[in-house]
Amino acid sequence: MDSKVQALKLALSMIDQTTLEGSDSPGKVKQMCYKAMHLHDALPGLPHVAAVCVYPTMVRTAKEELKGSGIHVAAVATAFPSGQADHETKLLDIKYAISEGADEVDMVISRGHYLNGEFNYVYDEIAEFKSICGDVHLKVILETGELGTLDRVRHASDLALAAGGDFIKTSTGKVQPAATQTVTLVMLEAVRDFYQRTGQRRGMKPAGGIKTAKQAIQYLVTVNETLGSAWLTPDLFRFGASTLTNDILMQLVKESTGVYQSSDYFSQA
Amino acid sequence: MSTTTAEKTAPLQWNYAPAPESVDPKLRKRYDLFIDGKFVPPVEGNYRPSINPARETTLAEVADATAPDVDKAVKAARKAYTKVWSKMSGKERGKYIFRIARLLQERSREFAVAETLNGGKSIRESRDTDIPLAAAHFFYYAGWADKHDYAFPGRRAKPLGVCGQVIPWNFPLLMAAWKIAPALATGNTVVLKPADTTPLTALKLAELIQDAGLPPGVVNIIPGGRPTGAAIVQHPDIDKIAFTGSTAVGKWIQKELAGTKKKYTLELGGKAANIIFEDAAIDQAVEGIINAIFFNQGHVCCAGSRLLVQEGVADTVIAKLKERMATLIVGDPLDKNTDIGAINSREQLGRIEALVATGSEEGAEMWQAPCELPAKGFWFRPTLFTNVSQSHKICRDEIFGPVLSVLTFRTEDEAVEKANNTAYGLSGGVWTDKGAKIFKVTRQIRAGVIWANTFNKFDPTSPFGGYKESGSGREGGWHGLMPYVELE
Repeated sequence: MDSKVQALKLALSMIDQTTLEGSDSPGKVKQMCYKAMHLHDALPGLPHVAAVCVYPTMVRTAKEELKGSGIHVAAVATAFPSGQADHETKLLDIKYAISEGADEVDMVISRGHYLNGEFNYVYDEIAEFKSICGDVHLKVILETGELGTLDRVRHASDLALAAGGDFIKTSTGKVQPAATQTVTLVMLEAVRDFYQRTGQRRGMKPAGGIKTAKQAIQYLVTVNETLGSAWLTPDLFRFGASTLTNDILMQLVKESTGVYQSSDYFSQA
Repeated sequence: MSTTTAEKTAPLQWNYAPAPESVDPKLRKRYDLFIDGKFVPPVEGNYRPSINPARETTLAEVADATAPDVDKAVKAARKAYTKVWSKMSGKERGKYIFRIARLLQERSREFAVAETLNGGKSIRESRDTDIPLAAAHFFYYAGWADKHDYAFPGRRAKPLGVCGQVIPWNFPLLMAAWKIAPALATGNTVVLKPADTTPLTALKLAELIQDAGLPPGVVNIIPGGRPTGAAIVQHPDIDKIAFTGSTAVGKWIQKELAGTKKKYTLELGGKAANIIFEDAAIDQAVEGIINAIFFNQGHVCCAGSRLLVQEGVADTVIAKLKERMATLIVGDPLDKNTDIGAINSREQLGRIEALVATGSEEGAEMWQAPCELPAKGFWFRPTLFTNVSQSHKICRDEIFGPVLSVLTFRTEDEAVEKANNTAYGLSGGVWTDKGAKIFKVTRQIRAGVIWANTFNKFDPTSPFGGYKESGSGREGGWHGLMPYVELE
């Protein structure tokens, strides 16, 4: 049972609690931030999530709410989710997110250019975004659901890592299929091979579609088996998810009390 | 956790908790011989312990059949053949076989635990491979029982009579299914001898056959050692011998049967080449190599025990292979996390150790996974030999253990030549991204089963069997009916 509880707590600490809706408002973001800091007060000894993930316009609100908590604020940028904007607009988008205080930027690659074979364009874009980010963590969303084949997923992963992405990330959550275990395995293999070539540890973030504690544990096993325990930290692995948190909390409460509680007892984010 | 990007969180050292399968395997303390629908004590009264190779503890006492018991079993089988089974319609026979298949499915977890306890293989494999495939085999051949007119249009397929079947210890229940299912479907009766180290699931199958209400004598199961097997092979009233096991015994059987009317099928050893071309998906191929050689501790006649890697990717493949081998979980076979279980017997462990010793003596370079092995029981580390030459003993002899020999090649032609340069010809594997190359290469390899971009895939609808010293005859599929019938 110990290893299960360890895994559940680790998974909680790796969550990027996310809201990316057209209807997001400061009120919604404030509520989510409070939840991120107080996952389930009835159960002591819980970690907090790794970050909240919002649109750039919500960064300032989130930063204020999370002050002193140690929780990062991640902003999606570069014409998220489609990436269909001119280069200058994307640069402005990133700069704005950073100026608002984002600790992390989740960018999308230009799938149109990628699928058209313009790999240099995609590479240069990532490299330039990273140079603007500096110490701000850059996560590169490949939107694997639009890439079509695992060969392309692997190729795009290699490209994003070589261009300087701190993390590679599967999906925006706006396209189906989002994260799958197969795609995640292929991307983890790219991270592993990059580490073996360069000695640099880069991160990985599956996002979208991970809803249950059981799935989260399966992902963690995949990480452990592919990359080893050095990657079992929120610095190198994240879950992009909105509903996963409460399912994990439900399992943790069950492990501690022996019975399942209804979802009514777990506050919504 | 992390307050700034500079501050790092220490990674978790995560050990999986043990997850032992706990279903009761329902083993008796003592097993008699299953003859004529009943469990009867052996004529000479000998029993021997059947052990758990992972713990060296006794699981049950099992009767040891001798020549008089074989004779009783053959008489029962003959009577059942003449009076009942050969006269029954295929449709009715099929109902019995379907019943065996369903009962096996219903009790699959119980059989899986028994198989793992007695044979040492991981519960992951017995649960996901052995038992489901055994049930699938019964289902498949049950379907053929009333379709002989479609299988052999314009001909009449007559059963042969009494079949003597001798099976190995690597897939005890699955091999029993491979032998019994097609024999019954075609109207034959059976005297089957399970291997001396692993008789328990076959005897549980005998109980299940009783439950299925099969007419007495149609299936007789008599455990014993080599003398029992020899008595079956030499019995004058047996019409067909089906044997799966070592090439040495297979050759002996061929000599014994020369000049008799008995038909035979032999499924013997192998030394399969698993060929990795440089355009293969390497990570996928590495998983395939692991599955090819470490499946069932390498106790697999069709194991991919000779790895042929194209030189351009050899260093990468070997490095990745070592890294993957280091993560294999070796230990308690009942733990659902376990990848590699116990070696089947002390005797087999000795054989593996002796052959591995010749590898180092002849100059091959040995590397072993750094796993911890349990103190009791029979264990062998996943082992890799590089710098192997075609003439090394480890490259020519079947080791039948978790030991992989790696050779390199430069061109397609060289790969084919090396793959075929063996006394065996049971199976093979090819890994490449090019469909055309798959067809070109596989057509030139002299082996009964060749997998492309996968390995060790089994299905009852697919024929299985060898070229050269790997045996003769096919089991599985439509082809598997042929060795059990005479066509008129």
